[in-house]
Amino acid sequence: MNSSANPTWGSSAVDLFLVEAMVDGLLLGGVLALLALGLNLIFGVIDVVWIAYADLVMCGMYMVYWLHAYYGWPLALASVAAIAGVALFGVLVHLLIIAPVLGSAPINQLLATGGLLYFLQSFATLLFGTDFRNVGVRLPVIEVGGIYVSYARLIAFVAALLGAIALYLFLRRSYLGTAIRAISQDREIMGLMGVDQRRIYLITSAIGGALAGLAACLLALQYDVHPFIGNTFGPLIFMICVLGGLGNMLGGFIAAFIISQIISIGGYYFSTEFSYVLAFTLFIVLMFARPRGILAR
Amino acid sequence: MTARIAAAIAGLAILAALPSVVPTYFLHLLIQILLWGFIYTAWSLMGRFGFVSLGHGAFMGVGAYVPALLWNYEGVTPWLGIPLGMLLSALLALVIGYPCFRLKVVGHYFALVTLALSQVVMLVIVAARDVTGGSLGMTQKLAGHSWYALQFPEKGYFYGIVLVVWLGGLAVWQWLDRGIGREALEAISEDEEGAASIGISILREKLRVTVVSAVLTALGGALYGQYLMYLNPESVSGISVSLQIVFAAIAGGMYTLLGPTVGALLTLSLTEGLRVYFGTHFIGAANTIYGILLILFIIFMPRGILGLIEAIGARRPRATAAPAE
Repeated sequence: MNSSANPTWGSSAVDLFLVEAMVDGLLLGGVLALLALGLNLIFGVIDVVWIAYADLVMCGMYMVYWLHAYYGWPLALASVAAIAGVALFGVLVHLLIIAPVLGSAPINQLLATGGLLYFLQSFATLLFGTDFRNVGVRLPVIEVGGIYVSYARLIAFVAALLGAIALYLFLRRSYLGTAIRAISQDREIMGLMGVDQRRIYLITSAIGGALAGLAACLLALQYDVHPFIGNTFGPLIFMICVLGGLGNMLGGFIAAFIISQIISIGGYYFSTEFSYVLAFTLFIVLMFARPRGILAR
Repeated sequence: MTARIAAAIAGLAILAALPSVVPTYFLHLLIQILLWGFIYTAWSLMGRFGFVSLGHGAFMGVGAYVPALLWNYEGVTPWLGIPLGMLLSALLALVIGYPCFRLKVVGHYFALVTLALSQVVMLVIVAARDVTGGSLGMTQKLAGHSWYALQFPEKGYFYGIVLVVWLGGLAVWQWLDRGIGREALEAISEDEEGAASIGISILREKLRVTVVSAVLTALGGALYGQYLMYLNPESVSGISVSLQIVFAAIAGGMYTLLGPTVGALLTLSLTEGLRVYFGTHFIGAANTIYGILLILFIIFMPRGILGLIEAIGARRPRATAAPAE
């Protein structure tokens, strides 16, 4: 992490650092929310949990890295290519792995994507080694009222919000979006209404992949890429989706900010690991208190 | 039936005789197969009734670290440390299992709650790096050849211990199978309300099998630590080892007595074979192929190798009887 708070920077009161941690958490929450939206969309429509979702992000980050830092493509072009690439990847995952197990027990579906996680991490290790690679874009840190905010995080937050809004408009306003929402409510009936379930599943997987690709571009600005970076975000994203209620978009969005605040405030007062312990423990407790998500009636 | 018993006795005799004939490297592999086979069997005790836990890394981690820490810092013999770790695992299983079963947290949700548990245990081990060495891992203080410290430089001793423990795991499986518990649990996994209506205490049966599974997994973790004399949070706790347990148990077949052990045999020979074949030039090559095979397994053989063999045997009843080994 190249933008964590550094207590020796200013002479301001300690509270400012707490505010800084909270702002950092808020900004991180945006990207987590984007990923939670993608995973939730796939769960809501196809009814499968992609355990390897965060590893699609890892693939996207490598795409940005190679295209931009190695082949010298402009960052914007590399980002678009990465988004398209991961979207295509999402379609492949659906065709090759999810479609054959659609009729199996839910836990087998979960484990099939668990195998994908294993495969992607090992394959990335085989191709790229375990080196940490940086895209090499240095963005400034800006100061607002004594608080230092990383520009990369700010961009990530805004882009993630825009992505979420675009998804919302697509699902609400377009014909295809309406069909996707309908199929997530009643899988059987929609076939009778003339909606091609297979096609909707493919489109949903592509959108889910594209969201992972967008998150990858945004995270590539803040973190080094390595084959196991998915493990940093993966478990967090499931927690967020489940907290929000699997398939519940708004719930996932809110839960992303709750979790990211716990992590950044916990990280400020204690240590990073401990803040994760706190987040996971809260997750377990909330699962018992509100098993169908924080927004469940 | 007598043929099965004869086969079992012959198999045991071979297993008991093996250390004197095989080279050290293969003895090392055999120990690992039996040890992991025991852990996979422990997981399958729950898994076969539909409670798919991704949290067994938590029980393994507690079971491995408690005796190692007590030995290093307090000089407490593993003979006390291991039962203590098992007890703690049992408590952990109760703390998670009771609300899960009470509030009907099942399927995906159960898998994810237990996944969170295994992450919590791993992160606590990493965070307590002052005593546990964090992600760098820790080694137990050496005591040479000692029953008191449960440390043996010669592999033969560990082979004997692990063989006995593995047989104990199979006995526990049989014991759960024989008792009323299995029928109750099968009834529960098919129709929970129906089972409750004929007077089966769902909660008690589920908790019993969960605690037994957790305690055995902790014992497996402890022996793993005592054998390798090195512990690392990633290798005994967290998401990766939890997934490893689930995959191997499923690959072998979690519904049959020897299935999980066959899973250990398969996965370990596969990883070792690939590792030897690819050497160290292609880090990750072996695991890449392993990952592809896992996906294929889940897609084409959800009941595992032994499950498949049994299914074929059932379709052609005149062919060879169910394999004993």
